[in-house]
Order: sequence, then structure tokens, then C-alpha cells
Amino acid sequence: MGKARKAGTLLTRRELLKQAGLAGAAAAIVPAGAIAPAHGAPAPVAGQAPGAAAIAREPLEALTTAEADVLEAICARLIPSDGNGPGAAEARAAHYIDRALAGFLAPSRQAYAAGLAAIDRHAVTSRGAAFSRLGPADQDAVLKDIEAGKADGLPSNFFGLVRTHTIQGTFCDPFYGGNANFVGWDLIGYPGVRTIVTPDEQRIGVTLTPNHKSAYDYVMFNKATARAGGPDDGHGNHGDPA
Amino acid sequence: MATAIMATRLKETEVVIIGLGAAGGVAALPLAQAGIDIVALEAGTWLTKRDFAPDELRNNVRDWPQAVQKAQHEIPTQRVSARGLTLRASSHPMMNAVGGTTLHYWAQSWRLNPWDFKVVSETTKRYGASRVPKGSTVEDWPFGLDELERYYDRVEHEIGVSGQAGNIRGAIDRRGNIFEGPRSRPFPMPPLRGTGFTDLMATAATGLGWHPFPGPAAINSRTYDGRPACMYHGFCNKGGCHVDAKNSPAVTTIPKAQKTGHLKVVTRAHVTTIEVSASGRVSGVNYVTDGVEYFQPARVVLLATYTYENSRTLLLSKSAAFPNGLSNNHGQVGRHYFSHNQGAGVTALFPKNLNNWYGLPAQGTAVDDWADDNFDHAGLDFIGGGNLWIFSDRRPIGAANMDTFGKAPTWGSAWKAFIKENADRTNTCYLQKTTLPYEDNYLDLDPVVKDPLGLPVCRITADYKDNERRLSAFVQDKMVEWYRAAGAVEVLRGPVGVMGISTHAYGGTRMGDNVETNVVNRWGFSHEVPNLGILGASVMGTSGARNPTLTAQALAWRTAEHLVGNWKTIAG
Repeated sequence: MGKARKAGTLLTRRELLKQAGLAGAAAAIVPAGAIAPAHGAPAPVAGQAPGAAAIAREPLEALTTAEADVLEAICARLIPSDGNGPGAAEARAAHYIDRALAGFLAPSRQAYAAGLAAIDRHAVTSRGAAFSRLGPADQDAVLKDIEAGKADGLPSNFFGLVRTHTIQGTFCDPFYGGNANFVGWDLIGYPGVRTIVTPDEQRIGVTLTPNHKSAYDYVMFNKATARAGGPDDGHGNHGDPA
Repeated sequence: MATAIMATRLKETEVVIIGLGAAGGVAALPLAQAGIDIVALEAGTWLTKRDFAPDELRNNVRDWPQAVQKAQHEIPTQRVSARGLTLRASSHPMMNAVGGTTLHYWAQSWRLNPWDFKVVSETTKRYGASRVPKGSTVEDWPFGLDELERYYDRVEHEIGVSGQAGNIRGAIDRRGNIFEGPRSRPFPMPPLRGTGFTDLMATAATGLGWHPFPGPAAINSRTYDGRPACMYHGFCNKGGCHVDAKNSPAVTTIPKAQKTGHLKVVTRAHVTTIEVSASGRVSGVNYVTDGVEYFQPARVVLLATYTYENSRTLLLSKSAAFPNGLSNNHGQVGRHYFSHNQGAGVTALFPKNLNNWYGLPAQGTAVDDWADDNFDHAGLDFIGGGNLWIFSDRRPIGAANMDTFGKAPTWGSAWKAFIKENADRTNTCYLQKTTLPYEDNYLDLDPVVKDPLGLPVCRITADYKDNERRLSAFVQDKMVEWYRAAGAVEVLRGPVGVMGISTHAYGGTRMGDNVETNVVNRWGFSHEVPNLGILGASVMGTSGARNPTLTAQALAWRTAEHLVGNWKTIAG
């Protein structure tokens, strides 16, 4: 299973030592569930394609409204709603990212602050309007610049970071706030979490009916460890069952 | 050490096992059944099937199984040579828990093949001594498969291993691996079932004149010892089993040993050093729980952490008798290290859906025709070979992150159209290949990076050599041939990669008769410290072309049985 080691996870000694200095901060991450969501009516999502039905935005847990506007619009271009069905906007990938930035992905919070601001500045400079107010073609042009690192103040590989998190938010278990209504799983034909799979369900040529089930629809599984799940969160300390 | 003076001294026990994972968790049973009192010090905790939610984001993306207390703080550093840049992975591949990494491993439970025990003598006999790669420190094992067979058999039946025998007392059965060494009897359970995809690949292999077979797994194919059969739900990779069908020691040998009343399991025990008496024998183990230091005296210590931590613990345990680390007066601790050559994979794209959404990495088809010395190497420039393994295993985030084979951009509508069509049409194989130890591949202590207790972490200095690289290219070609024969329309070849931190790490405390080149003797006890035993793949001198766990477990059982039979001599 050594092959399971992900490419790009090696750190240099300098990065390593830098991280060591941040260890205290990592340990102090507040569980996402402990943060009270802001109350109030859900706001409409900015940056949707004209004519698309309004998608309600959930109360924000980490991002500011301005940041969320940019992020929603980026997600909607990375995995667009089109003839192949709903995309990252309907999956609520931005909601997944917002919630995760208040929890497991908290170490990326500063990168999002800097990166989203840089993208908005670049949109104004290069295309004359805030990112979320541009049309799809202009948004794609800005994102190509961002992918190539051509914007001032952009954190290193910010495009890759957002793409990775947008895919997570579109295809993850809905428990985490993304993949809403299972639109991500339906897109690629994943038939849903099952706890028993029959021999016939593993034959080629069989198309399984999606069951639209999350892992946590099965009451047998503990949820607490899923919501936290970060390094140093002390999970897994369940004591001796004997 | 100062810690021992300040530590709370606990009541002496007969045996301390450090680390209750794949090896330590198995060794506990024969000791407990013999009435020997054991204290097992485990850094992790108990996990149960309720903890093992089928949750890809948590398990596979966020590495939840490994994100536990100790290992994450002790990730070894690595560099390719003494002059290379030192790097560090962001995650330790192993986990701390009762049962250790057997909770989330793939559970392939292979025996090594006969050649793996005799690489030097067999290579010399067939091709001449010059064919043993220059710079390699490889030795024949002190015994052959015939000696270990009894222990393989015992562990297979004790924990439960499913599979199809290919050789029972010399009688070849073509449904199994015709290249394997003789077994004394069949597996205790039939193999895991095939899938549409594994059957497709098996048919293609047969068409090439190869000999496909279902691989062995420590997973129940039927009810075994009161635990149910596998549910094939698709979350075995980096996940524990939700029905206890994966036969980790946590659900097999450890509970059974506890029932004897002779095994005490201490969880969240962070072992720091092994203590030595004035006579040069080990006297017990220092550990820390929640900042409180303890000393657990014992008559015998069995070190059963992972390969990196086995060497590290010895190197950290310095004393007047062992100034360079415990059992290291011959300078062999950390030597003969290697991690399995598993890179240079192949990813294929098929023209139809494979329905691989469920299943597990142990549910696959193997080909051994190009492993070990199962083919003539006379005209080749390497020794050894690789086991080809394909399996059914796919989850949605991983599927969406599939390679686009140059056919689509990486985002936008065209990318979305590509993954919608192809998410269930790709497959990546698992190619495990012969890996040898070399003079300049080794483990030691990092001079800079320390854990939160201030103790140096392990440092890996290692790289693949010509033999591994040539062999990788050869095996990769065979895998491409196999995928093409099964109808793949595109193939991608992965790089060999670096010999970094791995779940298949070997050596550092090698087993052998020669005290000048090995840390432990043929029974797994230190050449220098008679009451110190060492368990795990750190004692293995060759990798073979297959997963190490069952071999580590067979060796652990054998070491424990030897201790039972020679208690007075060893315990003193």
C-alpha cells in the first residue's frame, strides 16, 4: 500500500520546521460543530448562470459574504451546470468548503482569504468587474489566469487547492454539507453507500439504481469522529470495551 | 536514564510486548495460552466496528485511520542519499490502535515463495554469483519456506485466511498459484468471490498463456470462528470492517489471549525506551501516558512496533552496555533497510463501464508468472520479479479525480463530460516487486527533527537501484500487455517513485545467523541481548513480490513459541 502515498505530500525541511511552529495552532482548532451558525434567512447565491433557479445559501461558518460570493462563482465554473446536469453549485460545494474551513481545513483559511481577494482584484483589473458579476466566458478567462498563477497576491497553487476542495464538496458524503441531493454521485453513476453488496451487483453490464444513502443514514456508525476527523482532535479514544 | 528514576515503577510482569498490532497481537496468543503473563503496551486505543463508517472523505482523503496520537508525531524524514535533500511526508501510513494497521490494511495474506528465502544461493546456482547486484547486502534467510510453513499454516487457521491453494504437498492445483511452495493443507476458507471485472482480467490472462488465480486474504469468505463473511461494500481500503469480517488481531488473537487471563492490554501507552540492567539484559520498558512516566519491569521484552519505530526505539535506548543503542554493538541496527518497490504502476481506460463501485482491494486476480524466479532471467539484466494484481475498488471522490488520459481539460464542462462517461471505466493495478537491501540504504535518527517529547524521529536514507528500476520496467510491460489483452483502449505508466516511507518497510533489525551482519538470530531474539525479541517485517531480509503481513505474523508466532519452549533459558 506504499502506492497509496499521495504525490505532492512531501515537505522540505524548511516547510516542516515552519509547520512545527504551527503545531500549537493546529491543536487549537475548534470543532466545526461548536461554532454557532449565523441566523437569518438564507441569501441567494451570487454568480449563477442567468436563468438558473435560485439556490439558497446556507448560513456561513467561516467565510465572509464577499468571499462566499467569489467562491460560489468559481465552483460554478469548475464544475458547471450544463447539459450533463447539475454541477458544483447545486451540489453546494462552496457550502462544504465554508464549513470545512471552520473545521478540518482551518489551516487553509488564510489562503482562501488571500486567494479569493486576489481573484476578485484580478477580475476587476483584467475584466473590469468583480468576479461574481462577470459572465461565464470572462470568469473562465480569469480562472485560466489564476490556474497559470498570473495574479498578484495569489497564494501558491491556490487554483489547485480550490479545485481539490470543489471536487471534495461535489462528490463527498452529503454529511459534510456538499453533494447535496446526491447530484455529484448521480453525475458519475456512483450508486450510493451500501453495507451489503451482492454478487450480481458486481457484474459488468449491471446498472445499479442509486440508493441515495449517506454513510450516516446507517445508524450503526458513530458520527462524532466523522465531523472532527482532524489531526490531534483526540478522536478514537474510546477506552477499553472489555 | 533519568526518566526511569522519576517514573512510577509498576509491578514486574513476565513479558512486555511493545505494540499490539499485526505481529505483537499474534505473538500474544501462544504466550498467553502457555500461561505466561503479558503486559501489552499499545500507543493507540480500541476501535470497534461502529467507528468504521463507510466515509471516503474521512478515511481516504483525510487519512482518518492514521490521524491518531503517536504515529502522526513521529513521521520519519527521508532522503535518497547522504547528500540528498531531507523531506518529510505529511502523513504516517501506519496507525496506532489495538490491532494496529491491520484495522485499515488491505488484508492480502501471502506466503513468500521458496525463492525469496534463498535469493543468493538460488541466483548463484542458476545464473552465477555475478548476478547478485553489486552493493546489495542480501543474504539467504537462515531457513527456508519448509521451516516457516508450519507457522504460516497456524496463523492462517488461527486468524482466518481465505484463498485457493495451488500446491498441496506437491500436488499442483491450477485454480490456485502453481508457483507457490507446498502447503500442508488447503486454506481454511475458499477465496473471496470474483467480480465481472476480475473475471474479465482472468480470462485475458489465460488467453496470454498465464496462470491467474484469486489471491489470499485475511477476510472471511464465509462465517468463520463466529464472525460473518465479507459484505464487499467497498470501504476496506483505509477503513476498518463494519462487520468484523477483516481478521485483524483486534478481533481474533487478542480477544482470545485476553480470555486466558494472562494478557493485560494497556492502551495510550507511548513507549520511549527499553531499559538495560548492569548485566546487559533488558529489564523493562519506559512509557508515557498523558505526561505521566511509568517503568514497566519485565523478564522478557518483545519489541513489536513498526519497522521504523523498531530501529528508532533501539537507537534511542542507549546505555553503558550499549552506547550506540540497544543491540547495536555491531552497528547493524537500521541496516539492510528497504521499502517495497511498488511504484511504476499502470492505469488503464476501458471502453465500457466495469461496475467496480464496490468490492475491496483483496478481491482480485493475481498473476505470478513474472514474479520471483518463476521465469528465465538468463537474458535479462535483473533478478527477481513482480506479482501482478488487479482488483475491484472505487469510490466517488477518487473516481472524479481520475486521470483524463490527455482527452479532456482538468475543469469545466468538457472535464465534467469526460468524468461522467469514464468514472467507472478506469483501473489501476498493484505491482509488488522484489526489492533488495543495499549498503547505502539505512535507517538512523534524524539530527534535527524531533517528536513532541523531544526525541529524534527516524530518518530514512534509501533509493531504488538498477535492479529495482530494470525490474519495474519489465513488470510494467507485462501489466500493459495484460490490460490490452482485456480490451483497454488507453494505458498510462506511472513512475518508479522514491523509496520513501511505506506500509511495506523491511529490515533494520534483520534476522540471520551471522552476528556481524544481523541483529536477531534465527528465532527472532537479539544476538546481543538474550531476553529481547523483535517482531515484524523489520527482521525480514527480502521482500518477495507480495505483502509482508502474513510472513511477519508467522515469524511472530514462531518467536513466541520459541520463547515458550525455552522460557528458563531466555527469561533467565
